[in-house]
Amino acid sequence: MQLYDQTVDSRLLLGTAQYPSPDILTRAIGESGTEVITVSLRRETAGGSGTRFWDILRSQNKRILPNTAGCHTAQEAITTAKMARDLFETNWIKLEVIGNADTLQPDVFGTVEAATALCADGFDVFPYTTDDLIVAEKLVDAGCRVLMPWGAPIGSGQGIRHPDALRAMRAHFPDITLIVDAGIGRPSDASKAMELGMDGVLLNTAVAKAGDPIAMAHAMSLAIQAGRISYQAGAMEPRDMAVPSTPILGLAELV
Amino acid sequence: MRIFVNATLNNVSAGSLSEVLNELGYNDAAIATAVNGTFVAKSDRATATISDGDRIEILAPMQGG
Repeated sequence: MQLYDQTVDSRLLLGTAQYPSPDILTRAIGESGTEVITVSLRRETAGGSGTRFWDILRSQNKRILPNTAGCHTAQEAITTAKMARDLFETNWIKLEVIGNADTLQPDVFGTVEAATALCADGFDVFPYTTDDLIVAEKLVDAGCRVLMPWGAPIGSGQGIRHPDALRAMRAHFPDITLIVDAGIGRPSDASKAMELGMDGVLLNTAVAKAGDPIAMAHAMSLAIQAGRISYQAGAMEPRDMAVPSTPILGLAELV
Repeated sequence: MRIFVNATLNNVSAGSLSEVLNELGYNDAAIATAVNGTFVAKSDRATATISDGDRIEILAPMQGG
């Protein structure tokens, strides 16, 4: 999968929040096979907890994708992105400009505004967006080579609410890397996203809040691989009526 | 000099941002900084002058999705 000038083998990107312990987090990262983990920036406490967390992440030797989670304006997101680049020493930024506190729906206008400024400033922008084609076009025009449409609201675990919209995005943007970000609840949802032709899946809550996050990281990894192979293999079209799979020709007459 | 660090009032004597960070014990920390809402790069902290009433944000890596 192409992520700007980087090629990664794993099509799973994993968030680092909400795990029961740092040990379970690192084991889930290992089991998932991911090469890209997401992080955020928050106010440092006097005890230096951020520095300790950063030491844990660095020991994983993964690519870091910092986010702008919690930003509600383009300006906040741009400033956060610059702070992330300074700290994590990467041009990658997962751009989130949130428009509504209940749905965590992206403010697509603010997202396009911030993406335009950040792409011009040399960032490789991974925008969290809706499945709207026109917004996606504006983001591509701004310079985004990766788009991250939602499957369902963040943390909802509802899966892919609009498969037709994602299929349309795939058809419309054959050369853009499409990663479903948000809403995946189960491995079957991740598989479905991949079968629709998405290039990858970004997960967090579905793994972190599973009964066994390590086993779920493994299940998600397998589901994403299976879904990708299925997409490439070309699944049959559903039919309304039964069609026998065993040949009729040569059937004995026994009555 | 009274300044706000992550919205908490602090009394510091230092004049530049890097001196303030030193004074508050952040010298070796993995942090990113902004003053009054404007990003200040690591390389600019020594020349960024801090004035009375300034609001400094000190951010660190945190779990995120």
